[in-house]
Amino acid sequence: MLGRTAQNLFWLSRYIERAENMARMFEVGYRMSLTSRREGGASEHLVSMLQAAEADEGFNLKHKQADVQSVAHYMLFDEENYSSVKSCLLAARTNARSVRTALTTEMWESINAAWLEFSAIRPRDISGAKLQELLFWVKQVSHRYRGALLSTFLRDAGYAFSQIGNFVERADNTARILDMKYYVLLPRATMVGGDVDIQQWTMILRAASAHRSYRHVYHDRYKAWNIADYLILRPEMPRSLIFCVQWINRTIDMLEEIYGERTAGHDAADAVTALLMDASVDQIFEHGLHEFLTEFINRNNRMTDALAESYNFY
Amino acid sequence: MSATPFDEMTNADASVRTPYHILEEWLKEQPPQALGLMSADAEALFRRLGITFAVYGSNEGTEKLIPFDIIPRIISAMEWRRLSKGIEQRVRALNAFLYDIYHRQEILKAGRVPEKLILNNSAFCPEMMGLDPARGVYSHIIGVDIVRTGPDDFYVLEDNLRTPSGVSYMLENREAMLQLAPELFQRYKVAPVETYPETLRRTMESVAPAGVNGSPNLVVLTPGIHNSAYFEHSFLADQMGAELCEGQDLFVDGGKVYMRTTKGPERVDVIYRRIDDDFLDPLTFRPDSMLGVPGLFDAYRAGNVTLVNAPGTGIADDKAVYVYVPEIIEFYLGEKALLKNVPTYNCTNDDERAYVLEHLEELVVKEVHGSGGYGMLVGPASTKAMREEFRKKILARPDNYIVQPTLALSTCPTFVDKGIAPRHVDLRPYVLCGDDIRITPGGLTRVALKKGSLVVNSSQGGGTKDTWVLED
Repeated sequence: MLGRTAQNLFWLSRYIERAENMARMFEVGYRMSLTSRREGGASEHLVSMLQAAEADEGFNLKHKQADVQSVAHYMLFDEENYSSVKSCLLAARTNARSVRTALTTEMWESINAAWLEFSAIRPRDISGAKLQELLFWVKQVSHRYRGALLSTFLRDAGYAFSQIGNFVERADNTARILDMKYYVLLPRATMVGGDVDIQQWTMILRAASAHRSYRHVYHDRYKAWNIADYLILRPEMPRSLIFCVQWINRTIDMLEEIYGERTAGHDAADAVTALLMDASVDQIFEHGLHEFLTEFINRNNRMTDALAESYNFY
Repeated sequence: MSATPFDEMTNADASVRTPYHILEEWLKEQPPQALGLMSADAEALFRRLGITFAVYGSNEGTEKLIPFDIIPRIISAMEWRRLSKGIEQRVRALNAFLYDIYHRQEILKAGRVPEKLILNNSAFCPEMMGLDPARGVYSHIIGVDIVRTGPDDFYVLEDNLRTPSGVSYMLENREAMLQLAPELFQRYKVAPVETYPETLRRTMESVAPAGVNGSPNLVVLTPGIHNSAYFEHSFLADQMGAELCEGQDLFVDGGKVYMRTTKGPERVDVIYRRIDDDFLDPLTFRPDSMLGVPGLFDAYRAGNVTLVNAPGTGIADDKAVYVYVPEIIEFYLGEKALLKNVPTYNCTNDDERAYVLEHLEELVVKEVHGSGGYGMLVGPASTKAMREEFRKKILARPDNYIVQPTLALSTCPTFVDKGIAPRHVDLRPYVLCGDDIRITPGGLTRVALKKGSLVVNSSQGGGTKDTWVLED
């Protein structure tokens, strides 16, 4: 397999996952802005969502005021925002065209159809109920692609690179959502309970599609400790860091089997795993959640670099 | 121009030509809406498969479909035998010509083709002098554009010896017809075209460099996803089971070509390149090329890799050289050309130029290096202003144009808005040349969908038809 093909498959999956995450995050910010009863609250929620998505700087360069219209446009349709849904879908399709012969018809058609449908949308028609519909559709695009991948794609190196891309992106995303809110989760006595806006916690869980399953796992109200535990260390939670890392490890083992060789990518993946393996929430908070997450994101990036190096991405 | 051009299906006395008898019956059996529905089905099929071409200057994601006409063009076994003999002769002679031009240049010494025309031609590639490609073959993949004006009158409009495109449409059109009208294939014995990718593979393998152990490693080299024919590049790579590479995927080390794989460098033996000569290798040709592979030409010169087609083949399909093809056939093969050339006026000759300028309304003017139907004047369809523009152009650069009479291209029944109507067609059969010369029975029939139009290029609103060669 060409190194470029491996790279295209890796990024194709990343962009699809990113499109979904952008839609999720925007949805959370949007919902919270709708339910905010405080003066200026609506805008605040949108701004903190933009921060979580690391889209605030780019947004501020173009817009003075964060309202639903401007934020929706920036997150969904703005091509100058490299992480907007539009940019992600276009990048996914461009990657898919480059490696068309490596994709199954079902995978190609899901991406091609998604792009053609998205291109037909006029941004000014999107508001209110239409906006919710569109966000739902974006998530469906991602699910359709993953469904096609899981049920039709040959389990060879191409599959491995696709899966790694997917989970590297998801792990990065979950870490950023948590990091953005680390101050909310700080276990300072004054902030526990009433002082901390319960909505902020809901937002984090919602962005990870975890607000309902949380109850099933913890049988408790939203608590910083639990939320951090859930999104970092719970192996059954499909967006948790440990879940993503376990997937990456399994897939890297698969590559080792295919190529009969252990690479620097494996060592880098081990370094990510080591960070999580013996960790407990107590330790994480003791040493600082922010420091922990920063380290995680760095190691995750180093792993991507090592994989690219080992398998000749360029 | 005669009032009614030759029709592939119907004679002037309204009788139906033999190869079309069964088709005519079939058409009569179809309920009124059937053809319209079939046409819509065909379009949906092509769109789903993503058989598109990119239009330059349009946005990403707006690739266009080339319209597909559901009425096939049918060629009898006898007609095809004649045609393929003529094509084979032409291809043999043109490859011999290329060998000669890049070696001893006997044909120039003999004065049969003017030296100036070759050596000062921008399509002549001095870097190819003295180089011996595998089996002496320069052009391995050839498309010959043929038009018909009467039952026995076939003309070669041009030879395409560089990187002829369209073969994926030949294959997909057949695929579509098989799905849309399977019953017609039960009634007709149609020669298969599906063997093309396999034959292409065999042809490429047969010209692998000496010393390749086992099965040679073949790749298709594409300029990338923004190229208008990208679909075809990926389609052919897929069908042949070859890797689809961009320039950045290949590199040269120690005079050998490798591709960058996830396992490390892997040796490449034969490259079907869909990149123009100028862009192949920034070290030898255009230094600003981002599409090519630095050092590729040296690896080729050293005999470590085969380029399909060889650089410099353009000198044999140059429009100015076209005039000499009958001469070329005689010189190398000692035979008369079996297929006719279209009579061509030379504008650098005072008498001929004077005639041309007098008769622009009746003539077709083509730029020597133009293609795709761009930079062309079709006299009978032109306005006074257009003719005036070309008059100035010809006077300014008489050597830049060739001029031909307007041929009454044959028509073929075509499904249009108002039912079935005759539309002008041409034919591009595909030839593969390696250890043997193999012509796929069929080809791409292009059809000018606009009533009366003679321009069949897809960039100018042309469509395509499945082309059937009947077996005895």
